[in-house]
Amino acid sequence: MTAIRNQPWLWSFLGAGLVWLAAILFTHGTGAGGMLTAALALAVFTVVVGIGQMFVITLGPGNVDLSLPANIGLASAVSMTVMNGSDGRIAIGLLAALGCGLAIGIANYLLIRALRIPPIIATLSASFIIQSIDISYGRGLQIKPPPGFADFANAEILGVPVLAILTVLFSVAAAIALRRTVYGRSALAIGQNMRAARFAGLRVERIRAVTYALCGTLGGLDGALLAGYFRGANVDIGNEYLLASIAVVVIGGTSVAGGKANVPGIWGAALFLVLLLTMLNTFGVSSGVRLLATGLIIVAVIAAAGGERERR
Amino acid sequence: MTALASPRAMRALLPALSLVLVLAGIAWLNPRAISYFGFSLMLNLAVPIALATVAQMFVIAGNDLDLSIGPFIGFTGCIAATWLNDTPLLGAAMLLGCIAVYAALGALIALRNLPSIVVTLGMSFVWQGLAILLLPKPGGAAPDWLQALMSVKPPLLPFPVLAALVIAAAAWFGLMRTSYGAVLRGSGGNPAAVARAGWSLLAIKMALFALAGLFGVLSGLALIGITTSADANIGNGYTLLSIAGVILGGGEFVGGVVSPVGAVIGALTLALAASPLLTFLRIPPDWQVGANGAILIIVLAARARIGRRSEP
Amino acid sequence: MAPSPLVSLDGVEKRFGAVRALDGVDLAIGRGECVGLVGHNGAGKSTLMHVLAGTAAPDSGRIAVAGETQRAYSARRARQLGIRCVFQELSLCPNLTVAENIRVFHPAIRGLGWRGRAAALIADRLDEIFPGHGIAATDLVQDLSLGRRQMVEVARAFTVADEAVTLVILDEPTSALDSHTAGQLLAFMRRAVAGGMSFVFISHLLGEVLGNSDRIVVMRDGRIVAGGPARDFDRDRLVTAMGGAKEDPAAAAIAGGARDAAPLRVRARPRGNSVELLAHEGEVIGLAGLAGHGQTDLLRRIFAATRRQSGIEVGAAVALVAGDRQTDGVFPQMSIAENISIGSLGKLLQGPLISPRREAALAESWRQRIAIRTPSMGDNILSLSGGNQQKALFARALASDAPIILMDDPMRGVDIATKLEVYDLIRQEAARGRTFLWYTTETDELMQCDHVYVFRNGAIVADLPRGAVTEEKVIQSSFLETA
Repeated sequence: MTAIRNQPWLWSFLGAGLVWLAAILFTHGTGAGGMLTAALALAVFTVVVGIGQMFVITLGPGNVDLSLPANIGLASAVSMTVMNGSDGRIAIGLLAALGCGLAIGIANYLLIRALRIPPIIATLSASFIIQSIDISYGRGLQIKPPPGFADFANAEILGVPVLAILTVLFSVAAAIALRRTVYGRSALAIGQNMRAARFAGLRVERIRAVTYALCGTLGGLDGALLAGYFRGANVDIGNEYLLASIAVVVIGGTSVAGGKANVPGIWGAALFLVLLLTMLNTFGVSSGVRLLATGLIIVAVIAAAGGERERR
Repeated sequence: MTALASPRAMRALLPALSLVLVLAGIAWLNPRAISYFGFSLMLNLAVPIALATVAQMFVIAGNDLDLSIGPFIGFTGCIAATWLNDTPLLGAAMLLGCIAVYAALGALIALRNLPSIVVTLGMSFVWQGLAILLLPKPGGAAPDWLQALMSVKPPLLPFPVLAALVIAAAAWFGLMRTSYGAVLRGSGGNPAAVARAGWSLLAIKMALFALAGLFGVLSGLALIGITTSADANIGNGYTLLSIAGVILGGGEFVGGVVSPVGAVIGALTLALAASPLLTFLRIPPDWQVGANGAILIIVLAARARIGRRSEP
Repeated sequence: MAPSPLVSLDGVEKRFGAVRALDGVDLAIGRGECVGLVGHNGAGKSTLMHVLAGTAAPDSGRIAVAGETQRAYSARRARQLGIRCVFQELSLCPNLTVAENIRVFHPAIRGLGWRGRAAALIADRLDEIFPGHGIAATDLVQDLSLGRRQMVEVARAFTVADEAVTLVILDEPTSALDSHTAGQLLAFMRRAVAGGMSFVFISHLLGEVLGNSDRIVVMRDGRIVAGGPARDFDRDRLVTAMGGAKEDPAAAAIAGGARDAAPLRVRARPRGNSVELLAHEGEVIGLAGLAGHGQTDLLRRIFAATRRQSGIEVGAAVALVAGDRQTDGVFPQMSIAENISIGSLGKLLQGPLISPRREAALAESWRQRIAIRTPSMGDNILSLSGGNQQKALFARALASDAPIILMDDPMRGVDIATKLEVYDLIRQEAARGRTFLWYTTETDELMQCDHVYVFRNGAIVADLPRGAVTEEKVIQSSFLETA
């Protein structure tokens, strides 16, 4: 049984707790519960794409999906347009968002595979193209979600957001998939040693395709949910999720070198990030300081956690 | 036995081929652009892009990636347009301080064995935040001497071309011909072996990052010299451009395989493709961003196709 | 009058956690002496050499060089004293040229004209050790074949820029070389010894050790268990001292039935004008010839053949046992059990999920069958010694139900006891109907096969049935005039 200290994800929860305490101290205890509820609600969006990013990063060094912000932006516009403000069209709208994300994920993979472009550049270039599509598609429209969907996205049970509960269930499923499915085991193997994975008979390219498709789809889902939660879609709705999705994966204990992944840690890290932003907002800082502080804390946390020990 | 000259020769030719392709495209669309004046105009931003690409090249040579170079250039540009202009000594000290920070980052990454992707992604927020704090709104003014330097009109070759030649020569000599340059590159190929031979990997990593910082500062200065005023977001696109330039120039993410000359050629190619080519193709502004991504993809795909034939 | 030893290690101990890698070792190496070091994998040879080279610090014990006790011994100090090493892990920078690699190795080579000096240094050594090597100082290491890289690695150890070379540790130096080049190296070693240089020569090829050492030292379980002049030893005595059973050639014979009786599994013609390779059910087929002449290529093509390629027909599922376990075989963050089960995940499913019970059962059954020495199959795979890791990779291939097993020289650098255990397993599996395609560079292993195909320049040039396989025949068919 590994010592508690060695569990990386515990540190992220610890960090989240500390930040929450700091914020409460500043407000003298008011709104502590509300802060937690809001944090859980906001963390959901980071966790959803964080899990997708985690699977991609697990595939091995150089695998990152940088197209997530653009993906989220486009999916939010698509889903809201399809839903067209009517509750009856919620399902179709969600499907449209998922389909949009799936298409982006597959497109990413095709760029990487067929055109032999490194994932970082492929996804970054794709994000540029997606951005343009989004801009011309949703020209300045502030598309509103159907009331039923917006309410659902903002619903709470005993102070816990419904979306958070659903996302926790989803995370559990993801964790099980990672350890106990052929897909998850293969993804881990590919991340640790791609050549060996090939020689062991694993369908490397199929796993990679599924992974990028999965990440894209989760981005699409996130876009729809964000539009519902914030009661409107726009191009920039996904911008902060680039650093966020990667940061929660790393702070949560997944190895950027691939082959080692950690789902609970993503929750801890997401809560940490969200509470951090909340704390900064409570302190009333300007956007420049916010960016600066977020960046510094991310770097500090990663520096403190340290990297992988070199394999001897 | 396979002729060893061929793969190496192909790797060296690819960037030149890409450049020729883009030039051919431009010549076909707008023959008048192929002139002293035309090149001066089209390659306007080539110098900062080339410097940014060389900066990225140093980092990639050490098996790392710098995702913060864009915002860093933006920040140094802001310094150039404010402090360097108003209080030259303080401005110069700040710029040197920036290079020192880069060196410190290299030390941090080496000592704690951190993933550079995440650290630099975090730092990109830091530089961005600092830039916004320094220049919340676009403004400032480039120092006169900087403006004068960047608008020099040499007799035979347009200034950007001349500058590119100088940059390429300096980088090539420093990294490929000096004895320490071999050690720097070796650290990317087999860091364990280099360490065993008695070299300090810490010093090497700091040197690589310090060089990146130096060229990043130069890029910021060049950029401001051309645009004559600054804005916090001015450098953001340079991250992707610099990475693409290195890869286009025959570099690889892992293994310490980089080509300074190739990188500069790659930068020139991208400088041409990123704006002039688009203008000649009459791409609407909404699609300019997307077109950048598309051009990148096309150019890299072309490289992959040609490269495939030379694979052993 | 006995000359004082060049190096003497007294009472050296080293532990890695609970494992005693070195349990009180006394070793003395004289000047102008070649000491052959043999032992099981896990016997402590590598650890001892790392202590000698200064790359590992002993927990206790004394190190003395040229009579002087070393207090703050380190890799740098060792090098200053003239101790060099060529270990099994290649330590060249693939992205640099040969000359640049020399520069990295010798910090003293700098300033104007460093490139020429480095190039001359390595060219001289290569010419001296491996005449006719065909390596240029301006070649990029990544463009060189494995054998040539090894040659550069070896030659580099003897280059002198500012520090003299007194003792060279060679750890399995011939493993990546073909027999011609290996012979050149060993001849050079003997010349160097005659000239006063000392060597520690580690090799699993007992013939090499017996034929080229002045003195032999046998290690087992972290201690030296036997030592003496080389002429006092023979193969059997060495193997027994190391803890292995005596090899009985008669018992090792694999019964071969009539060829055409069993169904054909693989049919492959590596090149247009080549002899065709045929492999039937239950056969062990050997691929021989000088290293790098197409054997690995063919194996890889057979592995990748899902549909009919030109010249290759594969009639059943295929599994591969890779030769380079670090780059092609091991998943470093997975446990031993996971490393084995990764090739048979489909079999372990219970519904959509992998059953931990079935996985553990699989691991345990293989632990017993192939005798993997480990306290727990749930431990990380890197906790195993090299030979046991290789066994795990075998188990992975065998655990998958693939009827055809391809082996890409997987026994390189593996100790004799492990090998004998694996041969046993191959025999058993072949008797059950599995087909083995076995590329190996050792004639002893070829003699275990039903049929041997000898490769030359990418084509099969000879087809030797069991009984007709002798070292001479194989060499005769595979020897290539170097241009």
